[in-house]
Amino acid sequence: MSQEFQIELPLLLEAIYLKYHYDFREYANASLKRRLSAALVRFGCRTLSQLQQRILHEPAIFPILLDYLTVQVTEMFRDPNYFKALREHVVPLLRTYPSLKIWVAGCSTGEEVYSLAILLREEGLLSRSLIYATDINPQALQRAEAGVFDIDRIPAFTESHRRSGGHSSLSDYYTAAFGRAVIDKSLKKHIVFSDHSLATDSVFAEVQLVSCRNVLIYFNRELQDRALGLFADALCRKGFLGLGSKESLRFTALAGAFADVSREDRIFQKKDRA
Amino acid sequence: MNAATPLGHRVGAIVIGASAGGVEVLSTLLPALPETIRAAVFVVLHQPPDRQSILAEIFSRKCKLPVREAEDKEPIEPGTIYFAPPNYHLLIEAGARIALSVDDLVQFSRPSIDVLFHSAADTYRERLLGILLTGWNEDGAAGLLAVHAVKGITIVQDPQSAEAPVMPQAAIRMHSPDFVLHPRAIADLLHGLEPAPATSGTSPARAAPAP
Ligand SMILES: C[S@@+](CC[C@H](N)C(=O)[O-])C[C@H]1O[C@@H](n2cnc3c(N)ncnc32)[C@H](O)[C@@H]1O
Repeated sequence: MSQEFQIELPLLLEAIYLKYHYDFREYANASLKRRLSAALVRFGCRTLSQLQQRILHEPAIFPILLDYLTVQVTEMFRDPNYFKALREHVVPLLRTYPSLKIWVAGCSTGEEVYSLAILLREEGLLSRSLIYATDINPQALQRAEAGVFDIDRIPAFTESHRRSGGHSSLSDYYTAAFGRAVIDKSLKKHIVFSDHSLATDSVFAEVQLVSCRNVLIYFNRELQDRALGLFADALCRKGFLGLGSKESLRFTALAGAFADVSREDRIFQKKDRA
Repeated sequence: MNAATPLGHRVGAIVIGASAGGVEVLSTLLPALPETIRAAVFVVLHQPPDRQSILAEIFSRKCKLPVREAEDKEPIEPGTIYFAPPNYHLLIEAGARIALSVDDLVQFSRPSIDVLFHSAADTYRERLLGILLTGWNEDGAAGLLAVHAVKGITIVQDPQSAEAPVMPQAAIRMHSPDFVLHPRAIADLLHGLEPAPATSGTSPARAAPAP
């Protein structure tokens, strides 16, 4: 990456923040640079300054850039062991609550939320649950809300669901039509999708479980600390936090605020304040 | 590069990319790294995405240096070998930290060698040593060119010695590497990386690479 690119990058992010109120200023740089280089090609710009000029003056293209700034790679029951561990270590405690609130932060196009909803249904908990599914990418949120997935992806999802300890058939939860699988309305009833940024917004509810997977890896340490602070504040006493399979609290300021529930599967529990 | 400067003084980090047949070659290279080396070593080895993370454990037993699977935002420690976790890209972040990502596949691969090499070239520039080994696809060729472009040192496994020659051949097509070597010779070079005691004055570490 050229020296100029390094100079232009923070300027572009500042411009985006001032104009669109999306705050990417504390995102991990290495992968962001890579995606912005791809965006330069997409927009036919030679430099980030040129891109900045266009982004500032052509609001219509910002949504396209947003798909480069955020990463929408996701699947149902990604890392089946995570969901298995939720069943084993978290569900028994969730059962003790008369009503449940769960926050899926960075839900992307919905695969993770629906996986969780199916798990809760299987464990007999969905009827008393409300899941908040949040993201900053409006296009992703729209697709999540629609709950329509390419049928070609279903076999892999089915296999992961089985490996997660699923004791029903995944086909109970979607209708297949025209090469698409449409997620059941009865699941959607328990999910609220909304726009929320871990970088700029604050806590909106008290929840028993936060699942935030493969989102923190895109943040630098300061922003990770901010997001984890939100989770700590949102969680009820002894509430649970689940992270992506390669994310940890080890290098964050919040390491001391959580105890391991399943180290391997990145499930943590909020500690009582000393 | 200045022929008078021993490689060992100059190299701040080593990146290694391998695919089909890579485990065997890495078993020759990584144990050759001297205990005293200060450079951090980052390895991307293509694997099936659902593979358990066992590489670090396997290589720990063979190597003198500590071997770990990279964790997100981990501070980079000198003289440590980091493997990319299965199904995550491995990148070098500002402030000498590791970053992981689940971005799209690059060259059909995640982890991708290109992704590691590009971000390491960006960070370490002329202090980077890039090594590309055996493999059936072309991941890593563009990344190694990026290492070359920032005046880092590039080594490609001699395609004739590779179980899968496509990857080294692709790299050689894109630029003329500083070294094209058999695994054994790469191992010798790595072994000689440390500013050596008087006896190893003729080790490959002191030979100037082709311009
Ligand atoms: C790689 S996806 C992870 C999807 C899902 N959680 C999973 O693990 O499969 C990352 C998501 O985080 C979202 N994201 C990025 N920055 C965010 C922020 N500041 N607040 C909330 N979500 C964010 C992106 O839009 C994207 O949908």
